[in-house]
Amino acid sequence: MLVDRVLADVRAELRKQVRRPAHWLLLGVAVVLTLTFAYVIPYLGYTGRSGERSRGLESMLPAELVGNTIAGTPVFVGALALIFGVLVVGGEYGWQTWKTVLAQGSPRLRVFAAKVVVTTLGSLVLVLALLATGAAAGLGVALLQGAPITWPSLPALLVGAGGGWLITTMWAMAGVLLAVALRGVALPIGLGLVWLLAVQNLLSAVAAPLVDWIASLQKVLPGPNAGSLVSALGAPSGTPGVSEVVGAGQGAVVVACYLVVFTVVGGFLLWRRDIE
Amino acid sequence: MGVMSEPVETTALTKRYGDLVAVDELDLTVRQGEVYGFLGPNGAGKTTTLRMLLGLIRPSSGSVRLYGVRGTAALAGVGALIEGPAFYPYLSGRDNLRVLARHAGAGTARVAEVLDVVDLTERGRDRYSTYSLGMKQRLGLAAALLKDPGLLILDEPTNGLDPAGMADIRATVRRLADEGRTVLLSSHLLGEVQQICDRVGMISRGSLVAELAVADLGTRGLRVVADPLTEARTLLTSLVGHGRVEVDGDALRVDVPADRAAALNAELVHSGLAVRELRPAEVDLEQRFLELTGGGSRAR
Ligand SMILES: Nc1ncnc2c1ncn2[C@@H]1O[C@H](COP(=O)(O)OP(=O)(O)OP(=O)(O)O)[C@@H](O)[C@H]1O
Ligand SMILES: [Mg+2]
Repeated sequence: MLVDRVLADVRAELRKQVRRPAHWLLLGVAVVLTLTFAYVIPYLGYTGRSGERSRGLESMLPAELVGNTIAGTPVFVGALALIFGVLVVGGEYGWQTWKTVLAQGSPRLRVFAAKVVVTTLGSLVLVLALLATGAAAGLGVALLQGAPITWPSLPALLVGAGGGWLITTMWAMAGVLLAVALRGVALPIGLGLVWLLAVQNLLSAVAAPLVDWIASLQKVLPGPNAGSLVSALGAPSGTPGVSEVVGAGQGAVVVACYLVVFTVVGGFLLWRRDIE
Repeated sequence: MGVMSEPVETTALTKRYGDLVAVDELDLTVRQGEVYGFLGPNGAGKTTTLRMLLGLIRPSSGSVRLYGVRGTAALAGVGALIEGPAFYPYLSGRDNLRVLARHAGAGTARVAEVLDVVDLTERGRDRYSTYSLGMKQRLGLAAALLKDPGLLILDEPTNGLDPAGMADIRATVRRLADEGRTVLLSSHLLGEVQQICDRVGMISRGSLVAELAVADLGTRGLRVVADPLTEARTLLTSLVGHGRVEVDGDALRVDVPADRAAALNAELVHSGLAVRELRPAEVDLEQRFLELTGGGSRAR
Protein backbone atom coordinates (compact mmCIF):
# COMPACT_ATOMS: atom_id res chain seq x y z
CA MET A 1 0.00 0.00 0.00
CA LEU A 2 2.73 2.44 1.01
CA VAL A 3 4.75 1.25 -1.97
CA ASP A 4 1.78 1.99 -4.23
CA ARG A 5 1.51 5.52 -2.90
CA VAL A 6 5.24 6.10 -3.25
CA LEU A 7 5.06 4.83 -6.83
CA ALA A 8 2.14 7.14 -7.52
CA ASP A 9 4.20 10.07 -6.25
CA VAL A 10 7.16 8.94 -8.38
CA ARG A 11 4.91 8.81 -11.43
CA ALA A 12 3.60 12.27 -10.66
CA GLU A 13 7.15 13.59 -10.36
CA LEU A 14 8.24 11.82 -13.53
CA ARG A 15 5.43 13.37 -15.50
CA LYS A 16 6.25 16.77 -14.06
CA GLN A 17 9.99 16.58 -14.77
CA VAL A 18 9.97 14.76 -18.10
CA ARG A 19 7.80 17.47 -19.59
CA ARG A 20 9.94 20.29 -18.34
CA PRO A 21 11.83 21.82 -21.26
CA ALA A 22 14.65 23.13 -19.05
CA HIS A 23 15.81 19.59 -18.23
CA TRP A 24 16.12 18.65 -21.89
CA LEU A 25 18.04 21.83 -22.52
CA LEU A 26 20.51 20.86 -19.77
CA LEU A 27 20.90 17.41 -21.28
CA GLY A 28 21.50 18.92 -24.71
CA VAL A 29 24.16 21.26 -23.31
CA ALA A 30 25.90 18.35 -21.55
CA VAL A 31 25.96 16.33 -24.76
CA VAL A 32 27.21 19.21 -26.88
CA LEU A 33 29.95 20.15 -24.41
CA THR A 34 31.15 16.57 -24.05
CA LEU A 35 31.13 16.11 -27.79
CA THR A 36 32.99 19.36 -28.33
CA PHE A 37 35.71 19.01 -25.72
CA ALA A 38 36.22 15.25 -25.74
CA TYR A 39 35.99 14.70 -29.49
CA VAL A 40 35.60 17.63 -31.86
CA ILE A 41 38.43 19.79 -30.57
CA PRO A 42 40.88 16.90 -30.04
CA TYR A 43 40.01 15.69 -33.54
CA LEU A 44 40.63 19.11 -35.08
CA GLY A 45 43.90 19.23 -33.18
CA TYR A 46 44.90 15.80 -34.45
CA THR A 47 44.08 16.46 -38.08
CA GLY A 48 45.21 20.09 -38.11
CA ARG A 49 48.63 21.63 -38.37
CA SER A 50 49.38 21.25 -34.67
CA GLY A 51 48.86 17.51 -34.92
CA GLU A 52 52.16 16.71 -33.26
CA ARG A 53 50.99 18.47 -30.06
CA SER A 54 47.64 16.63 -29.88
CA ARG A 55 46.76 13.81 -27.54
CA GLY A 56 46.87 11.39 -30.42
CA LEU A 57 44.24 9.34 -32.13
CA GLU A 58 43.98 6.62 -29.47
CA SER A 59 42.34 8.94 -26.94
CA MET A 60 39.35 9.39 -29.28
CA LEU A 61 38.79 5.79 -30.24
CA PRO A 62 35.93 3.67 -28.86
CA ALA A 63 38.30 1.91 -26.45
CA GLU A 64 38.63 5.18 -24.47
CA LEU A 65 34.89 5.77 -24.41
CA VAL A 66 34.38 5.47 -20.64
CA GLY A 67 37.15 7.79 -19.50
CA ASN A 68 36.33 10.37 -22.15
CA THR A 69 32.64 10.63 -21.38
CA ILE A 70 32.75 10.66 -17.58
CA ALA A 71 35.75 12.99 -17.39
CA GLY A 72 33.41 15.99 -17.17
CA THR A 73 31.42 14.77 -14.16
CA PRO A 74 33.67 16.31 -11.46
CA VAL A 75 33.18 19.80 -12.88
CA PHE A 76 31.10 20.87 -15.86
CA VAL A 77 28.74 17.90 -16.19
CA GLY A 78 28.54 18.01 -12.40
CA ALA A 79 27.52 21.67 -12.64
CA LEU A 80 24.73 20.79 -15.06
CA ALA A 81 23.63 17.95 -12.75
CA LEU A 82 23.55 20.39 -9.84
CA ILE A 83 21.33 22.76 -11.83
CA PHE A 84 19.06 19.81 -12.62
CA GLY A 85 18.75 18.94 -8.93
CA VAL A 86 18.00 22.55 -8.01
CA LEU A 87 15.28 22.73 -10.66
CA VAL A 88 13.61 19.49 -9.55
CA VAL A 89 13.02 20.85 -6.06
CA GLY A 90 13.44 24.61 -6.36
CA GLY A 91 10.65 24.90 -8.91
CA GLU A 92 8.15 24.02 -6.19
CA TYR A 93 9.32 27.05 -4.23
CA GLY A 94 9.55 29.35 -7.22
CA TRP A 95 6.04 28.57 -8.44
CA GLN A 96 4.72 28.12 -4.90
CA THR A 97 3.47 24.70 -5.91
CA TRP A 98 4.53 22.99 -2.68
CA LYS A 99 1.22 24.01 -1.12
CA THR A 100 -0.69 22.73 -4.15
CA VAL A 101 1.07 19.36 -4.03
CA LEU A 102 1.03 18.92 -0.25
CA ALA A 103 -2.63 19.92 0.01
CA GLN A 104 -3.36 16.74 -1.95
CA GLY A 105 -2.36 14.85 1.18
CA SER A 106 0.99 13.30 0.28
CA PRO A 107 3.29 13.55 3.30
CA ARG A 108 6.30 15.75 2.65
CA LEU A 109 8.83 12.96 2.98
CA ARG A 110 6.98 10.80 0.50
CA VAL A 111 7.06 13.57 -2.09
CA PHE A 112 10.71 14.16 -1.25
CA ALA A 113 11.47 10.46 -1.72
CA ALA A 114 9.80 10.63 -5.12
CA LYS A 115 11.98 13.62 -6.01
CA VAL A 116 15.10 11.75 -4.91
CA VAL A 117 14.14 8.80 -7.12
CA VAL A 118 13.48 11.05 -10.11
CA THR A 119 16.72 12.97 -9.57
CA THR A 120 18.63 9.69 -9.46
CA LEU A 121 16.95 8.47 -12.64
CA GLY A 122 17.59 11.79 -14.35
CA SER A 123 21.29 11.53 -13.49
CA LEU A 124 21.36 8.05 -15.00
CA VAL A 125 19.77 9.36 -18.20
CA LEU A 126 22.45 12.05 -18.31
CA VAL A 127 25.32 9.57 -17.94
CA LEU A 128 23.84 7.14 -20.47
CA ALA A 129 23.29 9.96 -22.95
CA LEU A 130 26.95 10.98 -22.59
CA LEU A 131 28.12 7.40 -23.04
CA ALA A 132 25.98 7.06 -26.17
CA THR A 133 27.38 10.34 -27.47
CA GLY A 134 30.92 9.16 -26.82
CA ALA A 135 30.24 5.82 -28.46
CA ALA A 136 28.87 7.47 -31.59
CA ALA A 137 31.67 10.01 -31.75
CA GLY A 138 34.39 7.41 -31.12
CA LEU A 139 32.95 5.17 -33.79
CA GLY A 140 32.89 8.10 -36.20
CA VAL A 141 36.53 8.94 -35.52
CA ALA A 142 37.58 5.30 -35.96
CA LEU A 143 35.73 5.02 -39.27
CA LEU A 144 37.09 8.31 -40.57
CA GLN A 145 40.64 7.39 -39.71
CA GLY A 146 40.34 3.71 -40.56
CA ALA A 147 41.44 2.83 -37.03
CA PRO A 148 40.52 -0.48 -35.32
CA ILE A 149 37.18 -0.53 -33.49
CA THR A 150 37.62 -2.04 -30.04
CA TRP A 151 34.91 -1.47 -27.45
CA PRO A 152 35.59 -1.38 -23.74
CA SER A 153 34.72 -4.59 -21.89
CA LEU A 154 31.24 -4.79 -20.42
CA PRO A 155 32.51 -4.70 -16.82
CA ALA A 156 34.56 -1.59 -17.62
CA LEU A 157 31.50 0.01 -19.18
CA LEU A 158 29.29 -0.83 -16.23
CA VAL A 159 31.79 0.34 -13.63
CA GLY A 160 32.42 3.51 -15.60
CA ALA A 161 28.72 4.24 -15.99
CA GLY A 162 28.17 3.47 -12.32
CA GLY A 163 30.96 5.81 -11.26
CA GLY A 164 29.66 8.60 -13.48
CA TRP A 165 26.13 8.00 -12.20
CA LEU A 166 27.28 8.14 -8.59
CA ILE A 167 29.06 11.45 -9.14
CA THR A 168 26.30 13.16 -11.14
CA THR A 169 23.70 12.00 -8.60
CA MET A 170 25.83 13.41 -5.80
CA TRP A 171 25.99 16.81 -7.49
CA ALA A 172 22.30 16.72 -8.34
CA MET A 173 21.52 15.97 -4.70
CA ALA A 174 23.73 18.87 -3.66
CA GLY A 175 21.41 20.96 -5.84
CA VAL A 176 18.37 19.44 -4.14
CA LEU A 177 19.77 20.28 -0.72
CA LEU A 178 20.64 23.86 -1.75
CA ALA A 179 17.13 24.35 -3.18
CA VAL A 180 15.48 23.17 0.04
CA ALA A 181 17.85 25.11 2.25
CA LEU A 182 17.50 28.37 0.31
CA ARG A 183 13.87 27.78 -0.80
CA GLY A 184 14.25 28.81 -4.38
CA VAL A 185 16.08 28.41 -7.66
CA ALA A 186 18.31 31.38 -8.47
CA LEU A 187 20.45 31.63 -5.36
CA PRO A 188 21.02 27.85 -5.06
CA ILE A 189 22.18 27.65 -8.68
CA GLY A 190 24.40 30.69 -8.27
CA LEU A 191 26.06 29.50 -5.08
CA GLY A 192 26.35 25.93 -6.33
CA LEU A 193 28.13 27.06 -9.48
CA VAL A 194 30.42 29.41 -7.61
CA TRP A 195 31.51 26.45 -5.51
CA LEU A 196 31.81 23.98 -8.36
CA LEU A 197 33.42 26.19 -10.98
CA ALA A 198 35.39 28.70 -8.94
CA VAL A 199 36.03 27.85 -5.29
CA GLN A 200 36.87 24.21 -5.95
CA ASN A 201 39.36 25.23 -8.60
CA LEU A 202 40.95 27.92 -6.46
CA LEU A 203 41.34 25.52 -3.57
CA SER A 204 43.03 22.82 -5.60
CA ALA A 205 45.11 24.98 -7.93
CA VAL A 206 46.02 27.93 -5.74
CA ALA A 207 45.44 27.24 -2.05
CA ALA A 208 46.38 23.56 -1.70
CA PRO A 209 49.98 23.98 -2.94
CA LEU A 210 50.52 26.83 -0.46
CA VAL A 211 48.78 25.67 2.69
CA ASP A 212 49.23 22.18 4.07
CA TRP A 213 45.91 21.81 5.79
CA ILE A 214 44.05 22.84 2.64
CA ALA A 215 45.96 20.15 0.79
CA SER A 216 44.72 17.63 3.35
CA LEU A 217 41.24 19.10 3.18
CA GLN A 218 41.20 18.23 -0.53
CA LYS A 219 41.04 14.57 0.47
CA VAL A 220 37.59 14.96 1.98
CA LEU A 221 35.96 17.43 -0.43
CA PRO A 222 33.47 16.08 -2.97
CA GLY A 223 35.15 17.46 -6.10
CA PRO A 224 38.68 16.05 -5.64
CA ASN A 225 37.22 12.68 -4.61
CA ALA A 226 35.02 12.61 -7.70
CA GLY A 227 38.06 13.64 -9.75
CA SER A 228 40.13 10.79 -8.33
CA LEU A 229 37.36 8.32 -9.03
CA VAL A 230 37.00 9.27 -12.71
CA SER A 231 40.76 9.39 -13.08
CA ALA A 232 40.95 5.78 -11.93
CA LEU A 233 38.19 4.94 -14.41
CA GLY A 234 40.25 6.29 -17.28
CA ALA A 235 39.49 9.99 -17.54
CA PRO A 236 42.36 11.79 -19.27
CA SER A 237 44.46 13.83 -16.85
CA GLY A 238 44.43 17.48 -17.71
CA THR A 239 40.63 17.59 -17.85
CA PRO A 240 39.52 20.20 -15.29
CA GLY A 241 38.70 18.55 -11.97
CA VAL A 242 40.34 15.24 -12.75
CA SER A 243 42.85 14.60 -9.97
CA GLU A 244 44.65 11.89 -8.10
CA VAL A 245 44.49 13.03 -4.49
CA VAL A 246 42.99 9.75 -3.26
CA GLY A 247 42.49 6.23 -4.54
CA ALA A 248 39.47 5.10 -6.53
CA GLY A 249 37.94 3.19 -3.62
CA GLN A 250 38.14 6.09 -1.22
CA GLY A 251 36.87 8.46 -3.91
CA ALA A 252 33.77 6.33 -4.44
CA VAL A 253 33.10 6.00 -0.70
CA VAL A 254 33.47 9.71 -0.01
CA VAL A 255 31.24 10.66 -2.95
CA ALA A 256 28.62 8.15 -1.77
CA CYS A 257 28.79 9.59 1.75
CA TYR A 258 28.16 13.09 0.40
CA LEU A 259 25.24 11.76 -1.60
CA VAL A 260 23.69 10.23 1.52
CA VAL A 261 24.33 13.28 3.68
CA PHE A 262 22.88 15.71 1.10
CA THR A 263 19.77 13.54 0.79
CA VAL A 264 19.20 13.12 4.51
CA VAL A 265 19.80 16.77 5.38
CA GLY A 266 17.58 17.92 2.49
CA GLY A 267 14.78 15.62 3.60
CA PHE A 268 15.12 16.73 7.20
CA LEU A 269 14.98 20.44 6.33
CA LEU A 270 11.94 19.97 4.11
CA TRP A 271 10.16 17.97 6.78
CA ARG A 272 11.06 20.41 9.51
CA ARG A 273 10.35 23.84 8.06
CA ASP A 274 7.17 25.73 7.30
CA ILE A 275 5.94 25.97 3.73
CA GLU A 276 5.20 29.64 3.21
CA MET B 1 -14.11 8.64 12.53
CA GLY B 2 -16.16 9.04 15.65
CA VAL B 3 -19.69 10.36 15.60
CA MET B 4 -18.61 13.40 17.53
CA SER B 5 -15.72 14.46 15.31
CA GLU B 6 -16.39 17.66 13.42
CA PRO B 7 -14.76 18.32 10.04
CA VAL B 8 -12.59 21.04 11.57
CA GLU B 9 -11.73 21.50 15.18
CA THR B 10 -8.86 23.61 16.47
CA THR B 11 -7.91 23.96 20.11
CA ALA B 12 -6.01 27.01 21.33
CA LEU B 13 -4.31 27.13 17.94
CA THR B 14 -1.46 29.63 18.03
CA LYS B 15 1.21 30.79 15.60
CA ARG B 16 3.87 33.27 16.64
CA TYR B 17 6.39 34.95 14.36
CA GLY B 18 8.81 36.45 16.83
CA ASP B 19 6.81 38.99 18.80
CA LEU B 20 3.93 38.95 16.36
CA VAL B 21 1.09 36.63 17.29
CA ALA B 22 -0.45 35.86 13.89
CA VAL B 23 -2.99 33.40 15.31
CA ASP B 24 -3.85 33.64 18.97
CA GLU B 25 -5.34 30.68 20.88
CA LEU B 26 -7.95 30.12 18.23
CA ASP B 27 -10.77 27.67 18.91
CA LEU B 28 -12.52 27.09 15.64
CA THR B 29 -15.16 24.48 14.93
CA VAL B 30 -16.72 23.84 11.55
CA ARG B 31 -19.69 21.51 11.62
CA GLN B 32 -20.63 18.81 9.19
CA GLY B 33 -22.41 20.15 6.11
CA GLU B 34 -22.16 23.85 6.81
CA VAL B 35 -20.53 26.60 4.83
CA TYR B 36 -18.44 28.45 7.35
CA GLY B 37 -17.24 31.92 6.50
CA PHE B 38 -13.92 32.88 8.01
CA LEU B 39 -14.09 36.63 7.83
CA GLY B 40 -11.39 39.10 8.70
CA PRO B 41 -9.46 42.10 7.42
CA ASN B 42 -6.05 41.85 5.75
CA GLY B 43 -3.46 40.43 8.09
CA ALA B 44 -6.03 39.05 10.53
CA GLY B 45 -4.51 35.57 10.40
CA LYS B 46 -6.87 33.74 8.04
CA THR B 47 -4.27 32.29 5.71
CA THR B 48 -1.99 31.40 8.60
CA THR B 49 -4.84 29.48 10.24
CA LEU B 50 -5.74 27.62 7.05
CA ARG B 51 -2.09 26.75 6.40
CA MET B 52 -1.93 25.22 9.86
CA LEU B 53 -5.06 23.19 9.15
CA LEU B 54 -3.28 21.69 6.15
CA GLY B 55 -0.02 21.06 7.96
CA LEU B 56 1.90 23.48 5.74
CA ILE B 57 3.07 25.40 8.77
CA ARG B 58 3.52 24.14 12.29
CA PRO B 59 1.50 25.67 15.10
CA SER B 60 3.55 27.29 17.85
CA SER B 61 1.07 25.64 20.21
CA GLY B 62 -2.42 24.21 20.19
CA SER B 63 -3.77 21.54 17.91
CA VAL B 64 -5.74 20.84 14.75
CA ARG B 65 -8.10 17.96 14.14
CA LEU B 66 -9.80 17.29 10.83
CA TYR B 67 -12.58 14.72 11.22
CA GLY B 68 -11.02 13.93 14.57
CA VAL B 69 -7.67 13.02 13.04
CA ARG B 70 -4.33 14.78 13.41
CA GLY B 71 -1.49 15.04 10.89
CA THR B 72 -1.39 14.52 7.14
CA ALA B 73 -3.54 11.37 7.42
CA ALA B 74 -6.37 13.80 8.10
CA LEU B 75 -6.06 15.30 4.62
CA ALA B 76 -7.54 12.26 2.90
CA GLY B 77 -10.99 13.81 2.71
CA VAL B 78 -9.93 17.42 2.35
CA GLY B 79 -9.48 19.62 -0.70
CA ALA B 80 -7.91 23.03 -0.42
CA LEU B 81 -7.04 26.20 -2.26
CA ILE B 82 -4.68 28.39 -0.25
CA GLU B 83 -3.83 32.00 -1.06
CA GLY B 84 -4.26 31.93 -4.81
CA PRO B 85 -3.74 29.16 -7.34
CA ALA B 86 -0.22 27.81 -7.97
CA PHE B 87 0.54 25.37 -10.78
CA TYR B 88 3.34 24.34 -13.15
CA PRO B 89 3.31 26.99 -15.89
CA TYR B 90 4.75 24.74 -18.61
CA LEU B 91 2.05 22.08 -18.24
CA SER B 92 -1.49 22.31 -19.53
CA GLY B 93 -4.32 22.66 -17.03
CA ARG B 94 -5.20 19.06 -17.59
CA ASP B 95 -1.65 17.79 -17.13
CA ASN B 96 -1.32 19.81 -13.96
CA LEU B 97 -4.39 18.04 -12.63
CA ARG B 98 -3.07 14.65 -13.76
CA VAL B 99 0.14 15.23 -11.83
CA LEU B 100 -1.82 16.26 -8.76
CA ALA B 101 -4.25 13.35 -9.09
CA ARG B 102 -1.28 10.99 -8.88
CA HIS B 103 0.01 12.76 -5.79
CA ALA B 104 -3.49 12.54 -4.34
CA GLY B 105 -3.83 8.86 -5.14
CA ALA B 106 -6.98 9.67 -7.10
CA GLY B 107 -7.68 8.12 -10.47
CA THR B 108 -6.84 10.27 -13.47
CA ALA B 109 -10.41 9.68 -14.66
CA ARG B 110 -11.40 12.24 -12.07
CA VAL B 111 -9.47 14.93 -13.95
CA ALA B 112 -12.05 15.26 -16.73
CA GLU B 113 -14.86 15.40 -14.18
CA VAL B 114 -13.38 18.24 -12.15
CA LEU B 115 -12.44 20.20 -15.27
CA ASP B 116 -16.08 19.97 -16.19
CA VAL B 117 -17.26 21.14 -12.77
CA VAL B 118 -15.29 24.37 -13.13
CA ASP B 119 -16.09 24.74 -16.81
CA LEU B 120 -12.52 24.42 -18.08
CA THR B 121 -12.90 21.40 -20.34
CA GLU B 122 -12.45 23.47 -23.48
CA ARG B 123 -9.23 25.12 -22.35
CA GLY B 124 -7.86 22.06 -20.52
CA ARG B 125 -5.21 21.38 -23.15
CA ASP B 126 -3.77 24.89 -23.06
CA ARG B 127 -0.72 25.71 -21.05
CA TYR B 128 -1.40 27.01 -17.57
CA SER B 129 0.79 30.06 -18.22
CA THR B 130 -1.70 31.21 -20.87
CA TYR B 131 -4.68 31.18 -18.49
CA SER B 132 -6.48 34.30 -17.29
CA LEU B 133 -6.66 34.88 -13.54
CA GLY B 134 -10.24 33.65 -13.47
CA MET B 135 -9.27 30.42 -15.22
CA LYS B 136 -6.33 29.92 -12.86
CA GLN B 137 -8.63 30.35 -9.90
CA ARG B 138 -11.09 27.84 -11.36
CA LEU B 139 -8.27 25.37 -11.97
CA GLY B 140 -7.34 25.82 -8.31
CA LEU B 141 -10.87 24.90 -7.35
CA ALA B 142 -10.72 21.89 -9.68
CA ALA B 143 -7.52 20.71 -8.00
CA ALA B 144 -9.22 20.99 -4.62
CA LEU B 145 -11.98 18.70 -5.89
CA LEU B 146 -9.72 15.91 -7.17
CA LYS B 147 -10.21 13.69 -4.14
CA ASP B 148 -13.96 14.34 -4.14
CA PRO B 149 -13.46 15.71 -0.63
CA GLY B 150 -16.06 16.03 2.08
CA LEU B 151 -14.38 19.19 3.33
CA LEU B 152 -13.27 22.09 1.16
CA ILE B 153 -10.91 24.71 2.56
CA LEU B 154 -10.89 27.78 0.34
CA ASP B 155 -8.76 30.83 1.10
CA GLU B 156 -10.23 33.93 -0.55
CA PRO B 157 -11.22 32.04 -3.70
CA THR B 158 -12.59 35.15 -5.42
CA ASN B 159 -9.56 37.34 -4.77
CA GLY B 160 -8.71 39.51 -7.76
CA LEU B 161 -11.62 38.40 -9.93
CA ASP B 162 -14.05 40.65 -11.80
CA PRO B 163 -17.68 40.65 -10.68
CA ALA B 164 -18.70 37.98 -13.18
CA GLY B 165 -15.78 35.77 -12.13
CA MET B 166 -16.69 36.26 -8.49
CA ALA B 167 -20.32 35.35 -9.08
CA ASP B 168 -19.18 32.31 -11.00
CA ILE B 169 -16.94 30.99 -8.21
CA ARG B 170 -19.55 31.75 -5.57
CA ALA B 171 -22.20 29.85 -7.49
CA THR B 172 -19.85 26.88 -7.87
CA VAL B 173 -18.99 26.89 -4.17
CA ARG B 174 -22.66 27.11 -3.22
CA ARG B 175 -23.44 24.22 -5.56
CA LEU B 176 -20.63 22.11 -4.06
CA ALA B 177 -22.01 22.85 -0.61
CA ASP B 178 -25.51 21.89 -1.67
CA GLU B 179 -24.11 18.52 -2.70
CA GLY B 180 -23.43 18.00 0.99
CA ARG B 181 -19.83 19.10 1.32
CA THR B 182 -18.60 21.07 4.27
CA VAL B 183 -16.90 24.31 3.25
CA LEU B 184 -14.54 26.55 5.20
CA LEU B 185 -14.14 29.73 3.20
CA SER B 186 -12.05 32.71 4.17
CA SER B 187 -12.82 36.15 2.90
CA HIS B 188 -12.44 39.79 3.72
CA LEU B 189 -15.68 40.56 1.91
CA LEU B 190 -18.69 40.66 4.15
CA GLY B 191 -21.12 40.56 1.25
CA GLU B 192 -19.51 37.41 -0.10
CA VAL B 193 -19.79 35.61 3.20
CA GLN B 194 -23.39 36.74 3.46
CA GLN B 195 -24.17 35.33 0.04
CA ILE B 196 -22.74 31.85 0.38
CA CYS B 197 -22.15 31.04 4.04
CA ASP B 198 -24.38 29.62 6.74
CA ARG B 199 -22.27 30.66 9.68
CA VAL B 200 -19.55 33.20 10.06
CA GLY B 201 -16.59 33.56 12.38
CA MET B 202 -14.94 36.94 12.50
CA ILE B 203 -11.23 36.99 13.12
CA SER B 204 -9.23 40.00 14.08
CA ARG B 205 -5.59 40.06 15.12
CA GLY B 206 -5.55 36.30 15.28
CA SER B 207 -8.56 35.86 17.57
CA LEU B 208 -12.13 34.96 16.91
CA VAL B 209 -14.09 38.05 17.94
CA ALA B 210 -17.57 36.91 17.00
CA GLU B 211 -19.31 33.88 15.65
CA LEU B 212 -22.88 33.93 14.43
CA ALA B 213 -25.36 32.57 11.94
CA VAL B 214 -25.31 34.54 8.72
CA ALA B 215 -29.04 35.08 9.11
CA ASP B 216 -28.25 37.13 12.23
CA LEU B 217 -25.38 38.96 10.63
CA GLY B 218 -27.35 41.90 9.34
CA THR B 219 -29.38 42.33 12.49
CA ARG B 220 -28.68 42.96 16.07
CA GLY B 221 -31.31 42.85 18.77
CA LEU B 222 -34.88 43.91 18.21
CA ARG B 223 -36.57 47.05 17.02
CA VAL B 224 -39.71 47.77 18.98
CA VAL B 225 -42.33 50.45 18.30
CA ALA B 226 -45.05 50.51 20.95
CA ASP B 227 -47.49 52.98 22.56
CA PRO B 228 -46.74 54.54 24.88
CA LEU B 229 -43.03 54.33 24.22
CA THR B 230 -41.80 55.39 27.69
CA GLU B 231 -43.86 52.69 29.40
CA ALA B 232 -42.65 50.10 26.94
CA ARG B 233 -39.09 51.21 27.68
CA THR B 234 -39.55 50.82 31.44
CA LEU B 235 -41.13 47.41 31.06
CA LEU B 236 -38.50 46.11 28.64
CA THR B 237 -35.68 47.39 30.82
CA SER B 238 -37.08 45.47 33.75
CA LEU B 239 -37.33 42.37 31.57
CA VAL B 240 -33.95 42.35 29.80
CA GLY B 241 -31.76 44.31 32.17
CA HIS B 242 -30.36 47.75 32.55
CA GLY B 243 -28.51 49.32 29.62
CA ARG B 244 -29.89 47.01 26.99
CA VAL B 245 -32.76 49.21 25.87
CA GLU B 246 -32.04 52.36 23.90
CA VAL B 247 -34.26 54.94 22.29
CA ASP B 248 -33.63 55.17 18.57
CA GLY B 249 -35.86 57.91 17.14
CA ASP B 250 -39.46 56.85 17.58
CA ALA B 251 -38.49 53.24 18.30
CA LEU B 252 -36.64 51.22 20.91
CA ARG B 253 -33.61 49.10 20.21
CA VAL B 254 -33.43 46.09 22.52
CA ASP B 255 -30.12 44.26 22.70
CA VAL B 256 -31.27 40.65 23.00
CA PRO B 257 -31.11 37.61 20.71
CA ALA B 258 -33.80 37.72 18.03
CA ASP B 259 -35.43 34.55 19.34
CA ARG B 260 -36.76 36.37 22.39
CA ALA B 261 -39.06 38.44 20.20
CA ALA B 262 -42.18 36.34 20.79
CA ALA B 263 -41.75 36.29 24.58
CA LEU B 264 -41.20 40.04 24.77
CA ASN B 265 -44.17 40.69 22.53
CA ALA B 266 -46.38 38.63 24.82
CA GLU B 267 -45.18 40.61 27.87
CA LEU B 268 -45.82 43.93 26.16
CA VAL B 269 -49.29 42.95 25.02
CA HIS B 270 -50.05 41.43 28.40
CA SER B 271 -49.27 44.78 30.03
CA GLY B 272 -51.74 46.51 27.77
CA LEU B 273 -49.27 48.22 25.47
CA ALA B 274 -50.03 48.60 21.80
CA VAL B 275 -47.19 46.92 19.88
CA ARG B 276 -47.05 48.37 16.41
CA GLU B 277 -43.74 46.91 15.30
CA LEU B 278 -41.36 44.27 16.65
CA ARG B 279 -38.69 42.85 14.43
CA PRO B 280 -34.96 42.17 14.25
CA ALA B 281 -33.14 45.49 14.10
CA GLU B 282 -31.06 45.97 10.97
CA VAL B 283 -27.58 47.31 11.33
CA ASP B 284 -25.20 48.71 8.84
CA LEU B 285 -23.10 45.71 7.84
CA GLU B 286 -19.84 47.49 7.24
CA GLN B 287 -20.26 49.32 10.51
CA ARG B 288 -20.86 46.06 12.30
CA PHE B 289 -17.87 44.44 10.72
CA LEU B 290 -15.56 47.27 11.69
CA GLU B 291 -16.96 47.25 15.22
CA LEU B 292 -16.41 43.53 15.66
CA THR B 293 -12.99 43.38 14.09
CA GLY B 294 -11.74 46.36 15.99
CA GLY B 295 -11.53 48.94 13.24
CA GLY B 296 -9.94 46.94 10.46
CA SER B 297 -6.39 45.98 9.71
CA ARG B 298 -3.39 46.53 11.86
CA ALA B 299 -0.63 48.76 10.66
CA ARG B 300 1.00 46.29 8.27
N1 LIG C 1 6.20 33.91 7.51
C1 LIG C 1 5.80 34.95 8.23
N2 LIG C 1 6.66 35.65 8.97
C2 LIG C 1 6.29 36.71 9.70
N3 LIG C 1 5.02 37.14 9.78
C3 LIG C 1 4.09 36.49 9.08
C4 LIG C 1 4.41 35.37 8.26
N4 LIG C 1 3.28 34.92 7.69
C5 LIG C 1 2.30 35.74 8.11
N5 LIG C 1 2.77 36.67 8.95
C6 LIG C 1 1.99 37.71 9.62
O1 LIG C 1 0.89 37.11 10.23
C7 LIG C 1 -0.24 37.95 10.16
C8 LIG C 1 -1.40 37.19 9.56
O2 LIG C 1 -1.16 36.97 8.20
P1 LIG C 1 -2.17 36.18 7.27
O3 LIG C 1 -1.53 36.02 5.94
O4 LIG C 1 -2.60 34.95 7.98
O5 LIG C 1 -3.38 37.18 7.18
P2 LIG C 1 -4.71 37.06 6.32
O6 LIG C 1 -5.83 37.17 7.26
O7 LIG C 1 -4.65 35.87 5.45
O8 LIG C 1 -4.62 38.40 5.44
P3 LIG C 1 -5.07 38.69 3.93
O9 LIG C 1 -6.52 39.00 3.95
O10 LIG C 1 -4.27 39.89 3.58
O11 LIG C 1 -4.72 37.49 3.12
C9 LIG C 1 0.17 39.16 9.35
O12 LIG C 1 0.47 40.19 10.25
C10 LIG C 1 1.42 38.71 8.64
O13 LIG C 1 2.29 39.78 8.42
MG1 LIG D 1 -4.68 35.60 3.35
